[in-house]
Amino acid sequence: MIQHLDPWTFINGAYAVSALFLAGASLLAWRRLRRASAHLTQAEGL
Amino acid sequence: MQSKQDAGKLPARMELGRRRQSGWLHYFANPGRFVRFARPVLPWLAAVSALLTVTGMVWGYVFAPADFQQGNAARIMYVHVPAAWVSMSGYATLALCSFFSLVWRHPLADIAAEEIGPVGAGFTFVCLVSGALWGRPTWGTYWVWDARLTSVLILFFLYLGHIALVRGFESRERGYRAGAILALAGVVNLPIIVFSVQWWNTLHQGNSISLSGSSIYPSMLYPLLVSTLGFYLSFVSLVLARMLAAIMERKTSSLLLANAEHDA
Repeated sequence: MIQHLDPWTFINGAYAVSALFLAGASLLAWRRLRRASAHLTQAEGL
Repeated sequence: MQSKQDAGKLPARMELGRRRQSGWLHYFANPGRFVRFARPVLPWLAAVSALLTVTGMVWGYVFAPADFQQGNAARIMYVHVPAAWVSMSGYATLALCSFFSLVWRHPLADIAAEEIGPVGAGFTFVCLVSGALWGRPTWGTYWVWDARLTSVLILFFLYLGHIALVRGFESRERGYRAGAILALAGVVNLPIIVFSVQWWNTLHQGNSISLSGSSIYPSMLYPLLVSTLGFYLSFVSLVLARMLAAIMERKTSSLLLANAEHDA
């Protein structure tokens, strides 16, 4: 018997994984850059 | 036949060429110059990449037509294909940086290779997951040990191996050398990924886009190209941001160390 699958479940999953990765990676990179910049400014002031 | 005079000239010309090449590489491999270039460029690059990625994804998800054979499941192509291309190009860039690192010992090449690893691994993960999610409604299975799928899985493991090697040594230099050798050895996997669909009978479909043209209808091709450009620029933005942060972290460590030595 051929099982009918709703493709939108899989489409939504693929887009969600992509969006979560891009957003998460961007957020982590931005936070790391901001922290590094703040620490450098602090170290230069010493 | 080469005269004695000509024989003397050729190495001199080659030497000049080598110096010019080396000077060009040194110019762009200077971390200070890199920071001065990347810092103002990064916000604009990030904004353009976000705009293109969102446009490409929304275009593919909502407005692009469904495929006449695969139906709506083909919409996964707008995230899967760009992620696959970026993961392979990212690895090629990682290998190039590793080559520069081994041959010219450029510190910026080491930093670039270290920061490309996790970003490339992330894109490869997206490629594998979105591919599996495309496979289930299209082929009836999430995974098969098909040549294309397996070689991409190997690419993911190569990225993970590089991440582990670079960070796995007490001496940073030794980690970079080991990571660079692995990255260069792993390059052999790239042509296997690209040509796997031609060399073997694979469940994965053949290439729809090549240098000679595309078999995709324009209404589906344009969102794919926009999404691809967005993914590529996102990759560059993420790597640039991580490289900038890494350079700042090193500079901070050097300053703190210098201060501590001065106080002692």
